Amino acid sequence: MLRFLVHRFIGLAVTMFFVSIMVFVIMELPPGDYADRYAFRKFSGTGVNVTEGDIENIRIQFGLDKPAWQRYFQWVGGIVTRFDFGQSFAFETSVNNVIGKRLWMTLAILYSTLVLTYLLAIPIAIYAAIHRRSAVDYSLTVLSYLGLALPNFLLALILLYISVTLFGTSIGGLFSPEYEKAGWSVGKALDLLQHLIVPAIVLAWSATALQLQTVRATMLDELNKLSVTAARARGIPEWKLLLKYPARLAVNPVVSTIGFDVNRIFSELPIVALVLGLPELGELLIQSYLDLDMYVAGAVLLMLTFFIVVMNFISDIALAALDPRISLEG
Amino acid sequence: MAQDAATQINTEQTVSEKDLRYYTASQWQLVWWRFRRHKLAMLGAVVLLIMAILGAFAHFFAPYSVTARNGEYIMGAPQIPKFWDANGVSLRPFVHGITTKRDPVTLRKIATADPDTRRYVHFFVEGEPYKLLGLIPMNIHLFGLDEGKLHLFGTDELGRDLFSRTLFATATSLSIGVLGVLVAFVLALIIGGVAGYFGGPIDYVIQRLTEIVRVIPVIPLYMGLAAAFPKEWSNIQVYFAMTMIFGLIGWPTLARRTRSHLLGQRGEDYVLAAELSGASASRVITKHLLPSFTSYIIVDLVISFPYMILSETALSFIGLGLRPPSVSWGIMLQDAQNIRAIEQAPWFFIPAGFVVLAVLAFTILGDGLRDAADPYSVSSH
Repeated sequence: MLRFLVHRFIGLAVTMFFVSIMVFVIMELPPGDYADRYAFRKFSGTGVNVTEGDIENIRIQFGLDKPAWQRYFQWVGGIVTRFDFGQSFAFETSVNNVIGKRLWMTLAILYSTLVLTYLLAIPIAIYAAIHRRSAVDYSLTVLSYLGLALPNFLLALILLYISVTLFGTSIGGLFSPEYEKAGWSVGKALDLLQHLIVPAIVLAWSATALQLQTVRATMLDELNKLSVTAARARGIPEWKLLLKYPARLAVNPVVSTIGFDVNRIFSELPIVALVLGLPELGELLIQSYLDLDMYVAGAVLLMLTFFIVVMNFISDIALAALDPRISLEG
Repeated sequence: MAQDAATQINTEQTVSEKDLRYYTASQWQLVWWRFRRHKLAMLGAVVLLIMAILGAFAHFFAPYSVTARNGEYIMGAPQIPKFWDANGVSLRPFVHGITTKRDPVTLRKIATADPDTRRYVHFFVEGEPYKLLGLIPMNIHLFGLDEGKLHLFGTDELGRDLFSRTLFATATSLSIGVLGVLVAFVLALIIGGVAGYFGGPIDYVIQRLTEIVRVIPVIPLYMGLAAAFPKEWSNIQVYFAMTMIFGLIGWPTLARRTRSHLLGQRGEDYVLAAELSGASASRVITKHLLPSFTSYIIVDLVISFPYMILSETALSFIGLGLRPPSVSWGIMLQDAQNIRAIEQAPWFFIPAGFVVLAVLAFTILGDGLRDAADPYSVSSH
């Protein structure tokens, strides 16, 4: 088991190394560099005449005159040793400050979405597989088509529209106005939970549609296994044998695809967050791309990917623990 | 009695003729027969065909151009042609005329339909000149009003006709999908081919690299690449850059599947049989292997369309993709981004219906094609 863990952990580190290179490339892609944009941002409209020399000074100040590989190691070194993601020029503070609370909001949204997805997908799919060709089974097929065809952000827009026209309230944001600036309390936590429901439904939409299909298919395979027939012959009550053999195995593909689900959720999160006005990392990512605030964008992209890689790691371990047939040689 | 026997022989003959037809049919005929039975997939194909035609001949079907503004009818509701009203029945469809008043408080123009005037719909009317498919100069549009303008889907904040814009957007969005899939396909064949041909370490490195690219959430990655487009790029440059990005990131899935199809088929008995009969490598590849997976490749291509279309819509929607005055589904949906706008003008959602319809049609078509192309699926003829 230890060897397996170490092996997976090395895999995680190697992946993150290559991902950090790719993220750095994306940060370097936009035309012009940080100094140009910094100077433009700081001095435009102030009437100060900025010369090439001034920009060159800024460049030296931020260490931008060094070759790309040195700057890469400086950047990664800062993150690994001091957890320092650099400076945001749009907010004129450190990236860590900008990200701050948004990180926890992102995780809150992610986990509520995952919990909702699995709470919905697993029981419904198992029910549909047992009651094949029933109304539930057919509506599930229709729903999973819609899950792909109706993009999350459109679903978010439609929910917004319904909430405004029918109920006269907006469902956006993560806190009610009275809790926005207040310190943490039970009331605020409950308020947050309430506001998490809509983003969770919107983001769980397509993830649930896909998981329903996977669980149902595995369940159908497992239902025809001899172990089930044998258990039935032994006179074990139906619900007990269903839980003991096929249902237990039908959960495995869900566990093994947690990483994919997180990937999908993070892929859709920015646009949904923009529509619903959620103060979290995805919305920040769009804003920083539009502002070309690349240190912020790089930090967010790196963090999102890091969570995906970590979730992959966790799902590998969980799967190995759940399913004794998985070889630990890895 | 004798007659009965005769009919029996006859039916037997027709059955065997049917069998004969089945056993001698070419692969594509079989695929087509199986596909034809899949009614939903046929419907998907028809929907896509109609969309493609509407998009390709948008200049003809759209009554107005992308930027034409109707100052008299700003944020106007959809006008639905009718055949009767309180004043009686008309064989020619008509809409009511518009009268514009200024709101005394806000001074905004308010357009209201005047139930006593009728504006008749005419077909094949002369309008703004254009070039059909960029070649044939014409000025005939499918329909128009005898007086004033007809807005089937209403108008936007600038008074532009949403029906016309939706048709032009259909052309842009679908063509980005097509080009993106083509780029991905060419890359997949080249890189997948290299990986498969050389095998060993090159194959390993390519596989690992694609895995790492796939770990990064895809829309944020697209956004990052799109953010790098210089502001001074023209719309055409942005358009092609976007197809390149979609292709560049979309190829690993296709390459992986092509590669696994090839590897899977290489060990099949019929390949061995062909080799034993003395077929050359090139004959095995072109006559046996390629036909065995072209149908799969087509299915893969169709299935990867929705992702391209959704990605384009998403990017343009947040302002990192195509830029106005280009028009695509995503750009049109930008107007529906703020809640105040969609509260006042729910018809801004209409392009969303096109997105959903296109993605749904592609998905169902892909499913139908996959069932039809799978030689192992149970098929009663």
